[in-house]
Amino acid sequence: MATNGGHSPLEQFEIKPIIGDWVVNADGSAYLPFHTFTNSSLYMLIAIAGVLIFLSFGMRRGAMVPGRWQSMSELSYEFVANLIKDTIGSEGRKYFPIVFTLFMFVLFANLLGMLPYSFTVTSHIVVTLALALMVFIGVTILAVAKHGLHFFSFFVPPGSPVAMWPLLIPIEVISYLSRPISLSVRLFANMLAGHTLLKVIAGFIAPLGVFGVLPFALITALTGLEILIAFLQAYVFAILTCLYINDALHLH
Amino acid sequence: MTDPEKPTSLNDFDSRLQAARERRDAAQGKQREAAGGGLGLAMRIAVELVAALAVGVAIGWGLDRWLGTKPWLLILFFVLGSAAGIMNVFRAVGGFDYGAGYRRHDGYHRQDKDGGPKPEAGHGGQGEEPDGDQRRP
Repeated sequence: MATNGGHSPLEQFEIKPIIGDWVVNADGSAYLPFHTFTNSSLYMLIAIAGVLIFLSFGMRRGAMVPGRWQSMSELSYEFVANLIKDTIGSEGRKYFPIVFTLFMFVLFANLLGMLPYSFTVTSHIVVTLALALMVFIGVTILAVAKHGLHFFSFFVPPGSPVAMWPLLIPIEVISYLSRPISLSVRLFANMLAGHTLLKVIAGFIAPLGVFGVLPFALITALTGLEILIAFLQAYVFAILTCLYINDALHLH
Repeated sequence: MTDPEKPTSLNDFDSRLQAARERRDAAQGKQREAAGGGLGLAMRIAVELVAALAVGVAIGWGLDRWLGTKPWLLILFFVLGSAAGIMNVFRAVGGFDYGAGYRRHDGYHRQDKDGGPKPEAGHGGQGEEPDGDQRRP
Protein backbone atom coordinates (compact mmCIF):
# COMPACT_ATOMS: atom_id res chain seq x y z
CA MET A 1 0.00 0.00 0.00
CA ALA A 2 1.10 3.58 0.48
CA THR A 3 3.60 3.29 3.30
CA ASN A 4 6.97 1.75 2.55
CA GLY A 5 9.81 2.92 4.75
CA GLY A 6 12.95 1.76 2.94
CA HIS A 7 14.44 3.12 -0.24
CA SER A 8 13.46 0.41 -2.62
CA PRO A 9 14.38 0.82 -6.29
CA LEU A 10 10.70 0.23 -7.01
CA GLU A 11 9.52 3.05 -4.79
CA GLN A 12 9.56 5.44 -7.74
CA PHE A 13 6.69 3.56 -9.39
CA GLU A 14 4.35 3.90 -6.45
CA ILE A 15 0.95 5.42 -7.16
CA LYS A 16 0.05 8.03 -4.56
CA PRO A 17 -3.32 9.72 -4.33
CA ILE A 18 -3.23 13.51 -4.44
CA ILE A 19 -6.94 14.30 -4.45
CA GLY A 20 -9.05 11.50 -2.97
CA ASP A 21 -7.82 8.57 -0.88
CA TRP A 22 -7.66 4.80 -0.60
CA VAL A 23 -10.95 3.01 -0.01
CA VAL A 24 -10.55 0.03 2.32
CA ASN A 25 -12.63 -3.07 1.66
CA ALA A 26 -14.15 -5.22 4.38
CA ASP A 27 -11.33 -7.77 4.04
CA GLY A 28 -8.63 -5.15 4.61
CA SER A 29 -7.51 -4.75 1.00
CA ALA A 30 -7.61 -1.25 -0.39
CA TYR A 31 -8.13 0.34 -3.78
CA LEU A 32 -8.16 3.77 -5.36
CA PRO A 33 -11.53 4.74 -6.87
CA PHE A 34 -11.31 5.58 -10.56
CA HIS A 35 -11.88 9.30 -9.99
CA THR A 36 -8.87 9.65 -7.68
CA PHE A 37 -6.34 12.22 -8.86
CA THR A 38 -2.99 10.48 -8.41
CA ASN A 39 0.62 11.41 -9.05
CA SER A 40 0.26 9.52 -12.32
CA SER A 41 -2.62 11.79 -13.37
CA LEU A 42 -0.58 14.81 -12.35
CA TYR A 43 2.40 13.79 -14.49
CA MET A 44 0.14 13.04 -17.44
CA LEU A 45 -1.23 16.56 -17.17
CA ILE A 46 2.31 17.94 -16.90
CA ALA A 47 3.29 15.99 -20.02
CA ILE A 48 0.31 17.40 -21.95
CA ALA A 49 1.04 20.90 -20.68
CA GLY A 50 4.68 20.42 -21.69
CA VAL A 51 3.70 19.45 -25.24
CA LEU A 52 1.31 22.40 -25.50
CA ILE A 53 3.91 24.85 -24.25
CA PHE A 54 6.64 23.36 -26.42
CA LEU A 55 4.57 23.59 -29.58
CA SER A 56 2.48 26.71 -29.09
CA PHE A 57 5.23 28.90 -27.67
CA GLY A 58 7.69 27.50 -30.17
CA MET A 59 5.43 28.54 -33.04
CA ARG A 60 4.31 31.79 -31.42
CA ARG A 61 6.34 34.01 -33.70
CA GLY A 62 6.16 31.79 -36.75
CA ALA A 63 9.30 33.34 -38.16
CA MET A 64 10.41 32.59 -41.71
CA VAL A 65 13.86 31.76 -40.39
CA PRO A 66 13.13 29.74 -37.26
CA GLY A 67 14.89 30.30 -33.99
CA ARG A 68 16.11 27.43 -31.84
CA TRP A 69 12.81 26.71 -30.16
CA GLN A 70 10.75 27.07 -33.32
CA SER A 71 13.07 24.79 -35.25
CA MET A 72 12.69 22.12 -32.56
CA SER A 73 8.91 22.35 -32.91
CA GLU A 74 9.19 22.17 -36.68
CA LEU A 75 11.62 19.29 -36.43
CA SER A 76 9.18 17.23 -34.37
CA TYR A 77 6.41 18.00 -36.84
CA GLU A 78 8.53 17.05 -39.84
CA PHE A 79 9.83 13.93 -38.15
CA VAL A 80 6.32 12.53 -37.71
CA ALA A 81 5.18 13.80 -41.11
CA ASN A 82 8.08 12.00 -42.79
CA LEU A 83 7.41 8.89 -40.76
CA ILE A 84 3.84 8.82 -42.05
CA LYS A 85 4.94 9.61 -45.59
CA ASP A 86 7.43 6.73 -45.53
CA THR A 87 5.13 4.12 -43.99
CA ILE A 88 1.60 4.95 -45.15
CA GLY A 89 2.13 7.26 -48.11
CA SER A 90 0.06 10.29 -49.02
CA GLU A 91 -3.20 8.75 -47.77
CA GLY A 92 -1.71 8.81 -44.32
CA ARG A 93 -1.97 12.61 -44.08
CA LYS A 94 -5.38 12.28 -42.41
CA TYR A 95 -3.95 10.27 -39.57
CA PHE A 96 -1.21 12.73 -38.76
CA PRO A 97 -3.01 14.24 -35.73
CA ILE A 98 -3.40 10.95 -33.88
CA VAL A 99 0.13 9.73 -34.61
CA PHE A 100 1.64 13.09 -33.69
CA THR A 101 -0.37 13.28 -30.47
CA LEU A 102 0.67 9.79 -29.44
CA PHE A 103 4.29 10.42 -30.31
CA MET A 104 4.51 13.72 -28.42
CA PHE A 105 2.64 12.42 -25.39
CA VAL A 106 4.76 9.28 -25.07
CA LEU A 107 7.95 11.25 -25.72
CA PHE A 108 7.19 13.89 -23.11
CA ALA A 109 6.01 11.31 -20.58
CA ASN A 110 9.25 9.36 -21.10
CA LEU A 111 11.48 12.41 -20.90
CA LEU A 112 9.62 13.74 -17.87
CA GLY A 113 10.46 10.49 -16.13
CA MET A 114 14.16 11.26 -16.62
CA LEU A 115 13.97 14.21 -14.23
CA PRO A 116 15.06 13.28 -10.70
CA TYR A 117 12.21 12.75 -8.20
CA SER A 118 9.67 12.64 -11.00
CA PHE A 119 7.24 9.89 -11.89
CA THR A 120 7.33 7.95 -15.16
CA VAL A 121 3.79 7.64 -16.45
CA THR A 122 4.72 5.17 -19.17
CA SER A 123 6.26 2.72 -16.66
CA HIS A 124 2.74 1.60 -15.78
CA ILE A 125 1.13 -0.98 -18.02
CA VAL A 126 -2.32 0.53 -17.38
CA VAL A 127 -1.28 3.67 -19.21
CA THR A 128 0.54 2.00 -22.11
CA LEU A 129 -2.15 -0.64 -22.53
CA ALA A 130 -4.82 2.07 -22.66
CA LEU A 131 -2.86 3.84 -25.40
CA ALA A 132 -2.25 0.60 -27.28
CA LEU A 133 -5.88 -0.50 -27.03
CA MET A 134 -6.97 2.88 -28.32
CA VAL A 135 -4.73 2.37 -31.35
CA PHE A 136 -5.82 -1.24 -31.80
CA ILE A 137 -9.56 -0.59 -31.53
CA GLY A 138 -9.31 2.52 -33.68
CA VAL A 139 -7.38 0.69 -36.39
CA THR A 140 -9.82 -2.23 -36.34
CA ILE A 141 -12.79 0.13 -36.68
CA LEU A 142 -10.97 1.92 -39.50
CA ALA A 143 -10.36 -1.35 -41.32
CA VAL A 144 -13.95 -2.55 -40.92
CA ALA A 145 -15.33 0.84 -41.97
CA LYS A 146 -13.11 0.91 -45.04
CA HIS A 147 -13.37 -2.71 -46.16
CA GLY A 148 -16.56 -4.00 -44.54
CA LEU A 149 -16.75 -7.76 -44.22
CA HIS A 150 -13.78 -8.09 -46.54
CA PHE A 151 -11.72 -7.15 -43.46
CA PHE A 152 -12.05 -10.72 -42.19
CA SER A 153 -10.13 -11.99 -45.20
CA PHE A 154 -7.18 -10.36 -43.43
CA PHE A 155 -7.05 -13.46 -41.26
CA VAL A 156 -6.93 -15.82 -44.21
CA PRO A 157 -3.42 -16.12 -45.57
CA PRO A 158 -3.57 -15.68 -49.34
CA GLY A 159 -2.64 -18.72 -51.37
CA SER A 160 -3.03 -21.22 -48.54
CA PRO A 161 -5.03 -24.41 -49.13
CA VAL A 162 -8.54 -24.49 -47.64
CA ALA A 163 -7.66 -27.59 -45.63
CA MET A 164 -5.17 -25.54 -43.62
CA TRP A 165 -7.60 -22.73 -42.77
CA PRO A 166 -8.89 -24.21 -39.47
CA LEU A 167 -5.31 -24.16 -38.24
CA LEU A 168 -4.10 -20.94 -39.83
CA ILE A 169 -7.03 -18.67 -39.04
CA PRO A 170 -6.79 -19.08 -35.22
CA ILE A 171 -3.05 -18.45 -35.47
CA GLU A 172 -3.65 -15.29 -37.50
CA VAL A 173 -6.32 -14.11 -35.06
CA ILE A 174 -4.02 -14.66 -32.09
CA SER A 175 -1.25 -12.88 -33.93
CA TYR A 176 -3.59 -9.95 -34.58
CA LEU A 177 -4.80 -9.86 -30.98
CA SER A 178 -1.23 -9.88 -29.70
CA ARG A 179 -0.58 -6.48 -31.31
CA PRO A 180 -1.84 -4.29 -28.47
CA ILE A 181 -0.04 -6.52 -25.97
CA SER A 182 3.31 -6.29 -27.72
CA LEU A 183 2.84 -2.57 -28.37
CA SER A 184 2.12 -1.78 -24.73
CA VAL A 185 4.50 -4.28 -23.12
CA ARG A 186 7.44 -3.01 -25.17
CA LEU A 187 7.05 0.57 -23.96
CA PHE A 188 6.20 -0.37 -20.40
CA ALA A 189 8.99 -2.95 -20.02
CA ASN A 190 11.63 -0.62 -21.42
CA MET A 191 10.67 2.18 -19.06
CA LEU A 192 10.26 -0.07 -16.03
CA ALA A 193 13.53 -1.93 -16.60
CA GLY A 194 15.53 1.20 -17.38
CA HIS A 195 14.37 3.18 -14.38
CA THR A 196 14.75 0.23 -12.01
CA LEU A 197 18.28 -0.34 -13.29
CA LEU A 198 19.17 3.31 -12.73
CA LYS A 199 17.97 3.21 -9.14
CA VAL A 200 19.61 -0.15 -8.38
CA ILE A 201 22.98 1.05 -9.61
CA ALA A 202 22.53 4.39 -7.84
CA GLY A 203 22.04 2.39 -4.65
CA PHE A 204 25.60 1.06 -4.94
CA ILE A 205 27.25 4.49 -4.94
CA ALA A 206 27.13 5.37 -1.26
CA PRO A 207 27.98 1.92 0.26
CA LEU A 208 31.08 1.53 -1.93
CA GLY A 209 32.74 4.69 -0.61
CA VAL A 210 35.62 5.77 -2.86
CA PHE A 211 34.89 3.00 -5.33
CA GLY A 212 31.43 4.47 -5.71
CA VAL A 213 32.96 6.40 -8.59
CA LEU A 214 32.53 3.29 -10.75
CA PRO A 215 28.75 2.96 -10.40
CA PHE A 216 28.57 6.75 -10.63
CA ALA A 217 30.32 6.66 -14.01
CA LEU A 218 28.06 3.81 -15.09
CA ILE A 219 24.94 5.68 -14.08
CA THR A 220 26.05 8.72 -16.03
CA ALA A 221 26.37 6.58 -19.14
CA LEU A 222 23.08 4.83 -18.43
CA THR A 223 21.26 8.13 -18.07
CA GLY A 224 22.35 8.97 -21.60
CA LEU A 225 21.15 5.57 -22.77
CA GLU A 226 17.83 6.06 -21.01
CA ILE A 227 17.27 9.35 -22.79
CA LEU A 228 17.98 7.58 -26.08
CA ILE A 229 15.50 4.85 -25.12
CA ALA A 230 12.91 7.49 -24.20
CA PHE A 231 13.14 8.83 -27.75
CA LEU A 232 13.40 5.42 -29.36
CA GLN A 233 10.35 3.98 -27.63
CA ALA A 234 8.23 6.99 -28.53
CA TYR A 235 9.43 6.55 -32.11
CA VAL A 236 8.67 2.82 -32.07
CA PHE A 237 5.21 3.47 -30.70
CA ALA A 238 4.55 5.98 -33.46
CA ILE A 239 5.95 3.82 -36.26
CA LEU A 240 4.00 0.76 -35.18
CA THR A 241 0.84 2.85 -35.07
CA CYS A 242 1.62 3.94 -38.64
CA LEU A 243 2.19 0.35 -39.74
CA TYR A 244 -1.08 -0.77 -38.20
CA ILE A 245 -2.92 2.07 -39.94
CA ASN A 246 -1.18 1.08 -43.17
CA ASP A 247 -2.34 -2.51 -42.69
CA ALA A 248 -5.88 -1.33 -42.08
CA LEU A 249 -5.90 0.83 -45.20
CA HIS A 250 -4.43 -1.75 -47.54
CA LEU A 251 -5.34 -5.25 -46.48
CA HIS A 252 -3.37 -7.78 -48.43
CA MET B 1 20.40 40.65 -70.64
CA THR B 2 19.19 39.85 -67.17
CA ASP B 3 15.94 38.24 -68.32
CA PRO B 4 17.26 35.02 -69.83
CA GLU B 5 19.70 34.67 -66.97
CA LYS B 6 17.03 34.41 -64.28
CA PRO B 7 15.31 31.17 -65.37
CA THR B 8 18.59 29.33 -65.75
CA SER B 9 19.72 30.26 -62.25
CA LEU B 10 16.32 29.26 -60.90
CA ASN B 11 16.50 25.93 -62.71
CA ASP B 12 19.94 25.43 -61.34
CA PHE B 13 18.67 26.22 -57.87
CA ASP B 14 15.81 23.75 -58.26
CA SER B 15 18.09 20.93 -59.26
CA ARG B 16 20.50 21.71 -56.45
CA LEU B 17 17.63 21.84 -53.95
CA GLN B 18 16.34 18.51 -55.18
CA ALA B 19 19.77 16.94 -54.93
CA ALA B 20 20.17 18.27 -51.40
CA ARG B 21 16.78 16.89 -50.40
CA GLU B 22 17.62 13.48 -51.81
CA ARG B 23 20.89 13.46 -49.91
CA ARG B 24 19.08 14.45 -46.73
CA ASP B 25 16.45 11.74 -47.20
CA ALA B 26 19.12 9.11 -47.72
CA ALA B 27 20.97 10.29 -44.62
CA GLN B 28 17.79 10.15 -42.55
CA GLY B 29 17.10 6.63 -43.65
CA LYS B 30 20.55 5.53 -42.60
CA GLN B 31 20.29 7.28 -39.28
CA ARG B 32 16.99 5.63 -38.45
CA GLU B 33 18.27 2.19 -39.28
CA ALA B 34 21.23 2.73 -37.00
CA ALA B 35 19.09 4.06 -34.16
CA GLY B 36 17.09 0.83 -33.90
CA GLY B 37 20.18 -1.26 -33.40
CA GLY B 38 20.50 -4.82 -32.17
CA LEU B 39 19.08 -4.12 -28.73
CA GLY B 40 15.83 -2.73 -30.10
CA LEU B 41 15.38 -5.69 -32.40
CA ALA B 42 16.14 -8.19 -29.65
CA MET B 43 13.62 -6.52 -27.37
CA ARG B 44 11.04 -6.50 -30.12
CA ILE B 45 11.46 -10.20 -30.88
CA ALA B 46 11.26 -11.22 -27.24
CA VAL B 47 8.11 -9.18 -26.71
CA GLU B 48 6.44 -10.44 -29.88
CA LEU B 49 7.10 -14.05 -28.93
CA VAL B 50 5.78 -13.69 -25.40
CA ALA B 51 2.82 -11.47 -26.30
CA ALA B 52 1.30 -13.93 -28.76
CA LEU B 53 1.84 -16.78 -26.31
CA ALA B 54 0.18 -14.78 -23.53
CA VAL B 55 -2.81 -13.99 -25.72
CA GLY B 56 -3.15 -17.66 -26.70
CA VAL B 57 -2.98 -18.84 -23.10
CA ALA B 58 -5.44 -16.16 -21.99
CA ILE B 59 -7.95 -17.20 -24.67
CA GLY B 60 -7.55 -20.89 -23.81
CA TRP B 61 -7.90 -20.29 -20.10
CA GLY B 62 -10.93 -18.07 -20.56
CA LEU B 63 -12.67 -20.55 -22.88
CA ASP B 64 -11.91 -23.38 -20.45
CA ARG B 65 -13.51 -21.49 -17.59
CA TRP B 66 -16.50 -20.63 -19.72
CA LEU B 67 -17.07 -24.05 -21.29
CA GLY B 68 -15.81 -26.16 -18.37
CA THR B 69 -13.39 -28.17 -20.52
CA LYS B 70 -10.66 -27.75 -17.96
CA PRO B 71 -7.21 -28.41 -19.41
CA TRP B 72 -7.89 -29.08 -23.10
CA LEU B 73 -8.52 -25.71 -24.69
CA LEU B 74 -5.69 -24.21 -22.66
CA ILE B 75 -3.33 -26.80 -24.12
CA LEU B 76 -4.68 -26.24 -27.64
CA PHE B 77 -4.39 -22.46 -27.48
CA PHE B 78 -0.97 -22.67 -25.85
CA VAL B 79 0.23 -24.45 -28.98
CA LEU B 80 -1.59 -22.03 -31.29
CA GLY B 81 -0.22 -19.08 -29.33
CA SER B 82 3.32 -20.42 -29.66
CA ALA B 83 2.80 -20.81 -33.38
CA ALA B 84 1.51 -17.25 -33.61
CA GLY B 85 4.50 -16.02 -31.62
CA ILE B 86 6.95 -17.81 -33.88
CA MET B 87 5.13 -16.38 -36.89
CA ASN B 88 5.35 -12.85 -35.48
CA VAL B 89 9.07 -13.28 -34.95
CA PHE B 90 9.45 -14.72 -38.42
CA ARG B 91 7.76 -11.68 -39.89
CA ALA B 92 9.71 -9.22 -37.79
CA VAL B 93 13.07 -10.76 -38.63
CA GLY B 94 12.27 -11.65 -42.22
CA GLY B 95 11.56 -7.97 -42.84
CA PHE B 96 15.26 -7.32 -43.16
CA ASP B 97 16.08 -8.74 -46.51
CA TYR B 98 13.13 -10.26 -48.27
CA GLY B 99 9.36 -10.30 -48.14
CA ALA B 100 9.09 -13.16 -45.72
CA GLY B 101 5.86 -14.70 -44.56
CA TYR B 102 3.09 -15.35 -46.94
CA ARG B 103 1.46 -11.98 -47.39
CA ARG B 104 2.56 -10.97 -50.81
CA HIS B 105 1.43 -7.44 -51.51
CA ASP B 106 1.99 -5.36 -48.43
CA GLY B 107 5.04 -3.65 -47.05
CA TYR B 108 4.40 -4.89 -43.54
CA HIS B 109 7.24 -7.41 -43.32
CA ARG B 110 9.74 -5.16 -44.93
CA GLN B 111 9.14 -2.23 -42.65
CA ASP B 112 7.91 -3.65 -39.40
CA LYS B 113 11.03 -3.56 -37.31
CA ASP B 114 12.39 -1.31 -34.65
CA GLY B 115 15.12 0.02 -36.86
CA GLY B 116 12.56 1.85 -38.92
CA PRO B 117 11.72 1.59 -42.56
CA LYS B 118 14.21 1.27 -45.30
CA PRO B 119 12.77 3.87 -47.63
CA GLU B 120 13.83 2.12 -50.81
CA ALA B 121 12.52 -1.28 -49.67
CA GLY B 122 9.24 0.21 -48.48
CA HIS B 123 8.51 2.03 -51.69
CA GLY B 124 9.50 -0.91 -53.83
CA GLY B 125 7.39 -3.36 -51.88
CA GLN B 126 4.20 -1.39 -51.69
CA GLY B 127 3.67 -0.22 -55.18
CA GLU B 128 3.27 3.37 -54.05
CA GLU B 129 6.28 4.53 -55.93
CA PRO B 130 4.34 7.13 -57.95
CA ASP B 131 3.30 8.81 -54.71
CA GLY B 132 6.80 8.96 -53.41
CA ASP B 133 8.18 10.33 -56.64
CA GLN B 134 5.53 12.96 -56.98
CA ARG B 135 6.15 14.38 -53.60
CA ARG B 136 9.91 14.38 -53.87
CA PRO B 137 10.53 17.49 -55.98
